[in-house]
Amino acid sequence: MTTGGAQQADVAGMPQALMASDGREPLIAIRDLKVHFDLGGGSKLERLVGGSGVRRVVKAVDGVSIDIFPGETLGLVGESGCGKSTLGRALLRLTEPTGGHAFFRGRDLAGLSKRELRQHRRHLQMIFQDPYASLNPRMTVSQIIGEPVETFRLARGRQEREARVRELMQTVGLSPRFLKRYPHEFSGGQRQRIGIARALAADPDFVVADEPISALDVSIQAQIMNLMERLQRERNLTYLFISHDLRAIRHVSDRVAVMYLGKLVEVADAKVIYRDPLMPYTKALISAVPVPDPEIEAKRERIVLQGDVPSPINPPPGCRFHTRCPWAVEACREVVPPLAEIKPNHFAACIRISPEEPDIERVAPSDAPGLRNPGRVIEQ
Amino acid sequence: MMSGDNGNLLSVRDLRTYFETEDGTVKAVDGISFDLKRGETLGIVGESGSGKSVTNLSVIRLIPSPPGRIVSGEVLFHGQDILSLPAEEVRRIRGKRISMIFQDPMTSLNPFMRISRQLMEITQLHLGHTREQAYEHAVRMLETVGIPEARARVDSYPHEFSGGMRQRVMIAMALSCEPELLIADEPTTALDVTIQAQILELIRKLKEETGTSVILITHDLGVVAGMTDDIIVMYAGKIFEQAPTRELFAAPGNPYTKALLKSVPDPVHEEGTDLYQIPGLPPDVAHLPPGCPFAPRCYHAEEVCRREFPPFVQLNAEHFSLCHFAGEVYAESRAERDARGGATPSGANVEPSENLGAVDPSENPTQGGAGR
Ligand SMILES: Nc1ncnc2c1ncn2[C@@H]1O[C@H](COP(=O)(O)OP(=O)(O)O)[C@@H](O)[C@H]1O
Ligand SMILES: Nc1ncnc2c1ncn2[C@@H]1O[C@H](COP(=O)(O)OP(=O)(O)O)[C@@H](O)[C@H]1O
Ligand code: SF4
Ligand SMILES: [Mg+2]
Ligand SMILES: [Mg+2]
Repeated sequence: MTTGGAQQADVAGMPQALMASDGREPLIAIRDLKVHFDLGGGSKLERLVGGSGVRRVVKAVDGVSIDIFPGETLGLVGESGCGKSTLGRALLRLTEPTGGHAFFRGRDLAGLSKRELRQHRRHLQMIFQDPYASLNPRMTVSQIIGEPVETFRLARGRQEREARVRELMQTVGLSPRFLKRYPHEFSGGQRQRIGIARALAADPDFVVADEPISALDVSIQAQIMNLMERLQRERNLTYLFISHDLRAIRHVSDRVAVMYLGKLVEVADAKVIYRDPLMPYTKALISAVPVPDPEIEAKRERIVLQGDVPSPINPPPGCRFHTRCPWAVEACREVVPPLAEIKPNHFAACIRISPEEPDIERVAPSDAPGLRNPGRVIEQ
Repeated sequence: MMSGDNGNLLSVRDLRTYFETEDGTVKAVDGISFDLKRGETLGIVGESGSGKSVTNLSVIRLIPSPPGRIVSGEVLFHGQDILSLPAEEVRRIRGKRISMIFQDPMTSLNPFMRISRQLMEITQLHLGHTREQAYEHAVRMLETVGIPEARARVDSYPHEFSGGMRQRVMIAMALSCEPELLIADEPTTALDVTIQAQILELIRKLKEETGTSVILITHDLGVVAGMTDDIIVMYAGKIFEQAPTRELFAAPGNPYTKALLKSVPDPVHEEGTDLYQIPGLPPDVAHLPPGCPFAPRCYHAEEVCRREFPPFVQLNAEHFSLCHFAGEVYAESRAERDARGGATPSGANVEPSENLGAVDPSENPTQGGAGR
């Protein structure tokens, strides 16, 4: 089954404005995408032996809709376990979605047969956090990078393939002298370069980079971020850049999407979201990021959230953030807030803000009995 | 209580800790000296392998031997050299007067033992508590570190707690005897940022209430910026720069510090240019080049840097830098700071915002090329 274009993909109830509204054709269009992991449980037998009797479902990705435009970097940020990797993998169908759609150039990836999918994979590549785990330790660098070249028949004959591998190595800053070496002979940063070269070998349009710098030393992180940015310019790549590091996300992204327990809760321009976060979770997240400047740190106001992220197994009803939110009221427990355009091109999911009153600070804090009401810390 | 410590709780003098490996002698810590005043927080920053952990493990004599060996130096705690004390006495200090928390709480927690018991053992041993006293103390400590429903949960096992909560338990253990010195080795590196904020807030609060001195080890310049009074920057087992925190950020006097500061994205000041990148890789400490260990990656390096080991230059009363060109680099930094308009523009605008002045991109000495 195919649909003509992303426009046709509009699913009733999806926020229209999150889609291409200015006539731009998205490269990737995500519509109400869901990935639920059923952990079982809830059977009669289980209840008999004293189990909870509740079916346990991890709603890792739970109704995500967003467009990604050609040549942009969309940053995806959120705390561990909120579903970032699962979303990235679902886009590439490395994990099968359990609902919704992901369109690549208007084509529904969910409808592709195995064979069609294999051909599409060429355009959709992934870079992983731990390059070591994702590289076959028994293959040489030449074989690792050359594999996609062969799979997708991008070179004729051995010589042409090797020439291509050399060129790719040079592109990512690895000396072709290392052609015959094995992954363990490289440092973490160099292995990440091998992973990037491999992803580029298929000449993709879209790359999901899942925490590509998280395992690296500070000075090496800068090298990899710069490399990815240069490659994007040279090859007109589109990135989904996944990270829990807001400073890195702010640096590399054009737009940022914030995820909390399987849902997008805020989407905006990278600089705007950092300067003017709208919904309470994003506000707390950004206020928690330490800034490398003692003068600013000394005077910052910080929202310190109480408690942990709740379990994604049977997550809280209503707004999933209500258990930790300083502004939560009774209604937050019942209403799932839609991702709404609060300011132009700035979307947030919170029932207590609106285009008329976008500033949560001017809304009365939580008063509902029974809801946790964490204080905020103001440092002098 | 000992005297003769001139306000310093801890003085480390010319500490050297080496490891014998197949690859040769690793001079993990090579001639380090610093002081820590009572009630102050010292930050130790540096990339992995620079010797941060080994420095602090040496301070409390937890270096595995073999292969490790404290080759020389003094660690004066209240004026008394820990390195020359009998092992028995060091054990009495450790966990009581000096305690440590690590990145991975499971290095301190026993997975098979109830949390209550683990907390009780400490005060029964060091403070001579009875079982009942120790139990009450354990509950109080969990409350102090913000474990909700502490009394109901004190008998849990570690795996029943989340990562952030285990970190709190470890802090509760470390603080059980109100230590005079808390050494925190990357205490928040494995945690999410909202949990990191909780833990840092907790350390800050406890420090205020008990006057504990803290050594905070981290690779995150943002964390040290907000938490410390003084900073040591380590590279290849050496102190490259040492200064009060504000001074270090405002006017670094060492090329490595300068490069490090510019290679982390700064969400407040940054203007969307390429990040400065330090070329190459952190050094292999078993095979250091002659001269300055940073020379192969340094934008300022000249002939002399590759030939001679640099001097440790005093730039002002409390500011030192290991560099042949320390004075020049320092003057350069101060000129840049003045060009930005005094110290960091601060004052009215506390919220992070775009217009707080920009990093000068023309400073970037490399051309975005790949490191090797
Ligand atoms: N194959 C799986 N089976 C069951 N649960 C899973 C599976 N993969 C991921 N999860 C769960 O889905 C949630 C989201 O995981 P993930 O996407 O890895 O989060 P993130 O990348 O944001 O840290 C987590 O609770 C995780 O435990
Ligand atoms: N037990 C050990 N055996 C051999 N070498 C070690 C040992 N512990 C640490 N080292 C070496 O000492 C150096 C400094 O390590 P460490 O202090 O852990 O660095 P950091 O904490 O700054 O990341 C590294 O080169 C490391 O490999
Ligand atoms: S909807 Fe309610 S609980 Fe959710 S962020 Fe807004 S105020 Fe907080
Ligand atoms: Mg992940
Ligand atoms: Mg360490």
